Amino acid sequence: MDEVSKDKDYLINRNGKKYEVIIGLEVHAQVQSESKLFSTSSTKFGAEANTQVSLVDAAFPGMLPVINEFCIKQAIKTGIGLNAKINNKSIFDRKNYFYADLPQGYQISQYKDPIVGEGSVVLDLTSGSKTIGIERLHLEQDAGKSIHDIDPKNTLVDLNRSGVALMEIVSKPDLRSPEEVNEYIKKLRSIMRYLGTCDGNMQEGSLRADVNVSVRKQGEEKYGTRCEIKNVNSIKFMQMSIEHEANRQVDILEEGGKIDQETRLFDTKKNETRSMRSKEDAHDYRYFPDPDLLPLEFDNAYVEKIRKEIPELPDQKKSRFIEKFNLSPYEANILVSDLDTSKYFEEVIKNSDVKLSANWITGELFALLNEKNLEIAESPISAKNLSNLINLIKDGTISGKIAKTVFELMSDGEKNPIDVVKEKDLKQESDPKELEKLIEKVIKENQDKVKEYKSGKEKLFGFFVGQAMKVSGGKANPQLVNEILKKKLK
Amino acid sequence: MSDIINLNLSELVSNIKDKKISSNEVTSIYIERSKKSKHLNSYNEETFDEALRKSKEFDSKPDFNKKLPGIPVAVKDMFCTKNIKTTASSKILNNFVPTYESTVTKNMWDEGAILLGKLNCDEFAMGSSNETSYFGNVISPIDKNLVPGGSSGGSASALAAKLTPTTIGTDTGGSIRQPASFTGTVGLKPTYGSCSRYGIVAFASSLDQAGPITRNVKDSALMLEVMSSFDNKDSTSIDFKRPSYSKDLSKNIKGKKIGIPKEYRVDGMSAEIEKLWENGKNYLKNCGAKIVDISLPHTKFALPTYYIVAPAEASSNLARYDGVKYGFRTEGKNLIDMYEKTRSEGFGDEVKRRIMIGTYVLSSGYYDAYYLKAQKVRRLIKNDFIDAFKKIDAILTPSTPSSAFKIGEKSNDPVSMYLNDIFTVPVNLAGLPGISIPAGLDKKGYPLGLQIIGKAFDEQNILNIAYSMEDKINFKFDVKDWWMK
Amino acid sequence: MSIDLKTVKHISKLSRISLDEEKAKKLEADLNSIFKWIEQLNELNTDKVEPLSSIAETKLRLRKDEIKTKNIRDEVLKNSPNENKDFFVVPKVVE
Repeated sequence: MDEVSKDKDYLINRNGKKYEVIIGLEVHAQVQSESKLFSTSSTKFGAEANTQVSLVDAAFPGMLPVINEFCIKQAIKTGIGLNAKINNKSIFDRKNYFYADLPQGYQISQYKDPIVGEGSVVLDLTSGSKTIGIERLHLEQDAGKSIHDIDPKNTLVDLNRSGVALMEIVSKPDLRSPEEVNEYIKKLRSIMRYLGTCDGNMQEGSLRADVNVSVRKQGEEKYGTRCEIKNVNSIKFMQMSIEHEANRQVDILEEGGKIDQETRLFDTKKNETRSMRSKEDAHDYRYFPDPDLLPLEFDNAYVEKIRKEIPELPDQKKSRFIEKFNLSPYEANILVSDLDTSKYFEEVIKNSDVKLSANWITGELFALLNEKNLEIAESPISAKNLSNLINLIKDGTISGKIAKTVFELMSDGEKNPIDVVKEKDLKQESDPKELEKLIEKVIKENQDKVKEYKSGKEKLFGFFVGQAMKVSGGKANPQLVNEILKKKLK
Repeated sequence: MSDIINLNLSELVSNIKDKKISSNEVTSIYIERSKKSKHLNSYNEETFDEALRKSKEFDSKPDFNKKLPGIPVAVKDMFCTKNIKTTASSKILNNFVPTYESTVTKNMWDEGAILLGKLNCDEFAMGSSNETSYFGNVISPIDKNLVPGGSSGGSASALAAKLTPTTIGTDTGGSIRQPASFTGTVGLKPTYGSCSRYGIVAFASSLDQAGPITRNVKDSALMLEVMSSFDNKDSTSIDFKRPSYSKDLSKNIKGKKIGIPKEYRVDGMSAEIEKLWENGKNYLKNCGAKIVDISLPHTKFALPTYYIVAPAEASSNLARYDGVKYGFRTEGKNLIDMYEKTRSEGFGDEVKRRIMIGTYVLSSGYYDAYYLKAQKVRRLIKNDFIDAFKKIDAILTPSTPSSAFKIGEKSNDPVSMYLNDIFTVPVNLAGLPGISIPAGLDKKGYPLGLQIIGKAFDEQNILNIAYSMEDKINFKFDVKDWWMK
Repeated sequence: MSIDLKTVKHISKLSRISLDEEKAKKLEADLNSIFKWIEQLNELNTDKVEPLSSIAETKLRLRKDEIKTKNIRDEVLKNSPNENKDFFVVPKVVE
C-alpha cells in the first residue's frame, strides 16, 4: 500500500495516479427525551434487559403509535442548528423488513417527506474552514439489541432501545478525508449538545454512523460507485474503516475491476471491511405512509417559537469570543467546541481576566483533566476557584510560577486558592523595600559576578534573578526583581 | 323464561333496571343456549363460569346507571380481552392471551356488560363467509348449508341464533354489514375514527372499524353510544361530540333527501335485489323522505382499489406475527428459516394470499402502478361521496348482491368471493358510516338487507332513517332452533 | 402485467413465508387472476390526483413527553415461546 499523500488534500497514490476519496455520512443521533418516539416507556441508558419496553414497543396485537411532541421539537431545533430548511409538512412511512430486534416487522421512519430539508455546517480544518452540505434530517424509531455472544445456539433480544427516537442526519457527499470526518462528527455533536437534543455519547450508542465511501481519480467529476459501511460507533473506527475501504476500492480499480455497490461491516479486530449483504438479499423496504399516523403539520409560528429558545450556538459564540475578547481563532475554537468548556470559560471570565482565563483553561486545566481522565463537568477545580486563582495572579498576590504550585495543591478537589496561599504562605513578596534589601544582599555576595556582568556578560542577569528567587524562597515578585536588579546593576 | 330470549337489548336493559329480571337469569339462559349450540361453531372461546360469577356479582351490587347493566355479550375474537385468549381465529395466535383490553370492549365492561365468550370469524378478519377460520367454518342458523357471511360470521350467527343478546364485530370492507344482511340482523359500521382501534387485532389500518351487530336499530344506537369514544392511545381516533344516539333516535325523517346511486345497479343484478331496492325507496317515500338520483362515477373501481390497499396494509400489519414475542412458533435452523416455517404454518391460505398481494403491490417497481394508483382512485371515490352529499342527506343501496350462499360455493374462486363486498367496500374506502337493516327475503326465504350510507359523523341521521324504515318494513323472521342438541 | 413463478417465490421470500412447489403454483394462478381483475384501474387517468393516505379527518395528535409505562418485563415476556425471564430468544442469525 502506497503512502497517503501528504498534500493539503487527502489523496491515495497508486502507480503514479492520485485518487480522491468521497465520503458521505448518515449519522444516527438518539434524541434526548424522557420517553420514546411513539410510546411511553423510558429511554434511559443502561437499564436491565427488557425493563423499558411497553406493549407498543413489543408490537403486541392492536397496539398503536402516538407521537411524542418533544421529539418533534428536538428535531426542529437540530434542523435550525444545522441552518436547514424546516418542512411544515412531513410524512411518517413504514420501512418494512424482518429482523429479531424489529418487533413490528417494520420501522416507522420518514422516506420522501422528512421533517428537515437541506442545511449545512462549517468545519474548522487546519487548512481553513469548509462548508459541508446536509441533505436532510428525519425522525425514526431505533431498533432493539440483538445479543449474539451469550448463548451459543441462540440470539437474545433486548427491546429496551426499540422505539427510542433517532434523528438521521444525512450529509451530502462533501467530505474528503478522515480528518474532515472527525471534524464533522465533532461539529454535529457540539451543535446537538449545545441544543440539548442529543448527548452525543458514542460509547453509549447515542451517536452512530453509516459511512458511504467511493473513490475517483483526482480531477474527475463523475462519482464512483459507493459502498456503505454500517454502524460504525467511534470516530477512530470511522477513520480506519474509511482508509481501509478507500484503499480496497483503489486496488480493485487499478486492477481493472468494478466496484460492486454493497453494504459492508467494519471488522475492528482485523481492521478491514467485509461484505455484509449480497445483492440477492438486498432489502426491498416497500416504504408506504404509515396508516396508523397522519401527516405531521405545523406552521411557521411554531418553528419561530422554537427558534427563540435556541441558545447561542458554537459558531456564533466563537465569533463573539474572537471579536469581543480578542481571542485567537484557535483558542476560541477550543473554548466553544464543547458546551461544558464554554460554560466553564464564561463562568470564569465573569470575574477574571479573559486572556489569563483562556490560557489557564486550555493549558493547565486541560492537562489536569487529561491526566485524571475527567470531563470538564467533573473538574476538581471549579470555575469559581479557578477564577479566584487567576485574580490572585492579576493583582500580584502570587506570581505565575507560584500559581502553578497552588493549582497543583487545588487539584485534589475544591480548595479555595486564597486559603491555600494563606496556609502555605505562598504570597509573593512585592514590597519594594524588602526586595531591595534582598537584592542588595545578593549583589554584595556575588561581587565577582557583578564585575563580569558589568564588563559585558549580559547573560549573567538571569543568574542574579535566580539567586534572588532562591534567597526569597521563590516568593519574590519576578517583575519587581527584574526592575530593581536592572536599576542596581547599572 | 323463554321470553327473556325474545327481549331485545333495549328491553333487557329496562327490565333489568326495573328489577323485573336479574343479570344472572339473563346470563344463565344465554349460556344454556350457547352450550347447546356448539354445532354452529360460533364460539372460539367460552367464558361461561366467569360470566355467571360476574352476573351474580352484578346482582348483589347492581348499578342501574350503567347503559348495559349486567348484560352478557359475546364479542368477535379480534378484540383483545384481558386474560382471555384472543386468536383472530388464526393458528398463529391460537395460544395468545393478552394482558390488556381493547378500548371498545373496555367501554362495554365499564357500562356493566359481561363477557360471554369470543366469537369465531374469518382468519384475521379476511373473508366474506367465515370459511377461512383456523377453528373451522361457522354455520348460519338460517340454514345448515349456508354461510353466515364474514368476516364477523361468528358474531352474526350467534346473534341470529340468540346465543347472545347483542354483539360487536369489525368491518374493513363489509365484515359487519354483509353478515348482518345474510342473517337478517342489523349491522352498523361507524365513521372511521369513531370507535378506537386500540387493542383490536389490526387488519387494514385505514379501513378497520368496530361496530355493533344487533336485532334492531334501537339496540344498534345504544351499542354505538357505548362503543364510540375518543381515545388518545389511537392517533386516528377523532375527538368529536358524540350524541346520545339512542336518546336522540327519531322516526321523523320528513324532507330528508335520499340518494340512489345509479352505478350500484350492477350488471346482472338479480330481479329480487332490484325489487328490494325499489321497496326501500317506497318505504322512504312513505316516511316523507325525497328520493334523488345521484351518480358515484368511480364505484366500479372500489373493489379493485380495496384489494390493493387492504392487503398492502395487512402485509405490513401482519409482519409482527413472527413467532418471536408471542403466538405460535415452529423451530427453524436459523432465524429466517424459523420465520418462514412459522408464518407458513401459522397463517391460512387466504391470509397468505393477501399478504402476498400486499407485499407485491408495495414492492420495488410496482408501488406506483398499484399502491399509489389505488390511493389516487381512493381519493376519487371519496370525492364522489363528498360531491353527492352536497345535495343529499343519505344514500340507499342494497347491502349485498345476493342472499347467503352455500358453504363451499365460492371458496375456490377468490375473485367471486371478493365480489360479495361490492356495495360495502366503497363506504370503508371513503371512511363513511353505513348501516345494513334486514329488508326482505329472497325466493328461497333467506334474508336480504338494505344499506344506508351517511356523511362522516352523521350516524344519528342514518340511524334515524334506518329506524323509520325498520318500522315500515316490519321484518319478521323466525329462526328455529334446529341445531340444538 | 402477469406474475411468474419466479416472482411468486421472490415475494414469498420478502414476506418470510415458505412455499412448496405446489402451493407456489396455486398462488401463481390465484394471483394472476386477481391481478388481471385489478388491472381495470388502468382505465382511469389519475395523473393529476392527490393520493389519499389518511382517511381520518383530524390532525396528528402530539403527546406530552412523559414516561407512562414502567417496568412490565414479566408481562411483555409472558407470551413468548421460551422460558427465558429476561430476553426474547431466537435462533442464531446467519450474517
